[in-house]
Amino acid sequence: MLQSAANPDLIFTWGNPSRGDDALGPAIYELLQNEDLNGVDLLTDFQLQIEHAVDLEGHRQVLFVDASLSANPPFEIFPLQPLQDASYSSHAMSPQSLLAVYQQVYGCTPPPAFLLSIRGYEFGLGLPVSATANQNLLAAFNHIKRLLDVTQSDACTDFWPTGT
Amino acid sequence: MTSNLETADNPEQLERIVIEPLTRVEGHGKVTLLQDENLHIRQARLHIVEFRGFEKFIQGRPYWELPVLVQRLCGICPVSHHLAAAKATDMLVGATQLTPTAEKIRRLMHYGQTLQSHALHFFHLCSPDLLFGFDDEVRHRNIVGVIEDNPEIAKQGVLLRKYGQEVIRLTAGKRIHGTGAIPGGVNKSLDREEINYLKKDIEQIVQWGQGAVELIKRIFFEQLDYHMSFARFDSNMLGMIGAKGEFDIYHGGLRARNADGDMIFDHVDYTRYSDYIREGVKNWSYMKFPFIESLGAENGWYRVGPLARVNNCDYFSTPLAEQQRRIFREAGHGRPVQASLAFHWARLIELLYCTEAIRELLLDPDISGKDLLNRGALQHCGIGVLEAPRGTLFHHYEIDADGIVNKANLIVSTTNNNQAMNESIRQVANSYLDGNRLSEPLLNQIEVAIRAYDPCLSCATHAMGKMPLEITLLNENAEIIDRLEKRVTGEIQRCSS
Repeated sequence: MLQSAANPDLIFTWGNPSRGDDALGPAIYELLQNEDLNGVDLLTDFQLQIEHAVDLEGHRQVLFVDASLSANPPFEIFPLQPLQDASYSSHAMSPQSLLAVYQQVYGCTPPPAFLLSIRGYEFGLGLPVSATANQNLLAAFNHIKRLLDVTQSDACTDFWPTGT
Repeated sequence: MTSNLETADNPEQLERIVIEPLTRVEGHGKVTLLQDENLHIRQARLHIVEFRGFEKFIQGRPYWELPVLVQRLCGICPVSHHLAAAKATDMLVGATQLTPTAEKIRRLMHYGQTLQSHALHFFHLCSPDLLFGFDDEVRHRNIVGVIEDNPEIAKQGVLLRKYGQEVIRLTAGKRIHGTGAIPGGVNKSLDREEINYLKKDIEQIVQWGQGAVELIKRIFFEQLDYHMSFARFDSNMLGMIGAKGEFDIYHGGLRARNADGDMIFDHVDYTRYSDYIREGVKNWSYMKFPFIESLGAENGWYRVGPLARVNNCDYFSTPLAEQQRRIFREAGHGRPVQASLAFHWARLIELLYCTEAIRELLLDPDISGKDLLNRGALQHCGIGVLEAPRGTLFHHYEIDADGIVNKANLIVSTTNNNQAMNESIRQVANSYLDGNRLSEPLLNQIEVAIRAYDPCLSCATHAMGKMPLEITLLNENAEIIDRLEKRVTGEIQRCSS
């Protein structure tokens, strides 16, 4: 039903562009949109919601990108497993919980998924992205480009870190 | 009409219980209850504790930015703000009538938005309360619990919401913060491929809409007395109505009925809303308290949203929703249905209507028309009103000769329900908390009452917040004597002083 995956890999960023460093996810999306990417679908939204489980369908692997107040700078990347973590507050659905929804809805294991958390510092409404977070953003962007270079040259390679 | 629990006589001598922030609502609010030494509730208030002042931010911006700018108010219902602002700017550019294509594309967008919003609210936020009961174990009372126990229902909720998002994406150009509606019309219609893409699944979507109404009816009738009495109180009802009295959430006049269903006013031109609606303020909340001027602040407050709309309209233009409306109205025994939990029932009848209305529009050749814009002479004042998923939404702008906004007034849906939500928590406090020791399930009942309104507190004060839940008990000396903390993970911890 509905839209299906156009490309094997998916990069899904989220955050609120009007809340300081919470814009790091959407900012990565903007940067990647200007790149000549093959084999990658790009999506962005304000927050994760239940229907995003549908967006995961048909993809070989998924890289989630979000801002984080607790990640080690400049960013962290780690694999995700479905987890029913009761993050039921509407703004706080975790990617792990989304994977669990996928599993329940489709009755099968979701595609391999990874979370890249970019360290942010200030999330106030109306603030711009902070200078330090901007540096982290560029580091994360360059890392994603390196990952994509590898995955695009070898379709069997996943997003899991190459030296992070 | 207002209950006597808004302000206690001697608040300094009462124990204070704070529920902060509320969960599974949008934005950041808290509830305070003042309890006396005999555990009787003496004061109950819903506070909105954030302030953003979006109306000020808009000033100084050119009018053509409004439909895109104001939807930043909210990541949850941006389409409602997009369309209300577009309607206001239609008036500013002198477009007294839209082209058939423009109006139908906007309607399609609006139905898609309402469908996805209602699907999220019922299947994700509220069905856990309704399916499992309000005192279900907290970790189970969430969407994952719904999926575990009712996989088919949960799947339908996910896909109904997804379908609504797809309608928005195709009509607005983007999933969120689209640009489809512009002053005087729209900037795109749908091509054949897009129409076929949406047509492919619409029969299934209508069927699921029917199933959703049957589900809520089953839940409702299983414990009819309880659902009809929980947070029940009499109120006026306000909403938009079509020219023939039909249900219409995009355009029409304003209709208000009193608690008995008698008309207060009808088919009022919404550009004259300020002749009928006033906004009161209270020193303990950032959210205003609108009321019908002719009745005064004490008796003139009202409810908006699905409950008001389904009670207020004479009929639905689509057969399945109309059939369900009749059953709904029978539950009122000749009066408007006043139960707060009937919001859920009404909401799903609206969801069904949206599926039917989308199906009709997908068969209408106008949605692929090329005549997209109308313009006239620039006007000084523009007012746009529509029925957002949560209720009547007013956008009012004034511009100078250069087209720069110099005045803005927004009355958002949740603000219209402010007094009613306060009444709901007082009713629940009186019925279920008075004389009892506080516990998480009991306090959840207050949240259940508020959630029935699907409040968007981020819209109402124009800010967004985080959502852990903290309950603090203070004695008369403002000392913390007990505190419960519900974290975003759903974990509950009692913190001793």
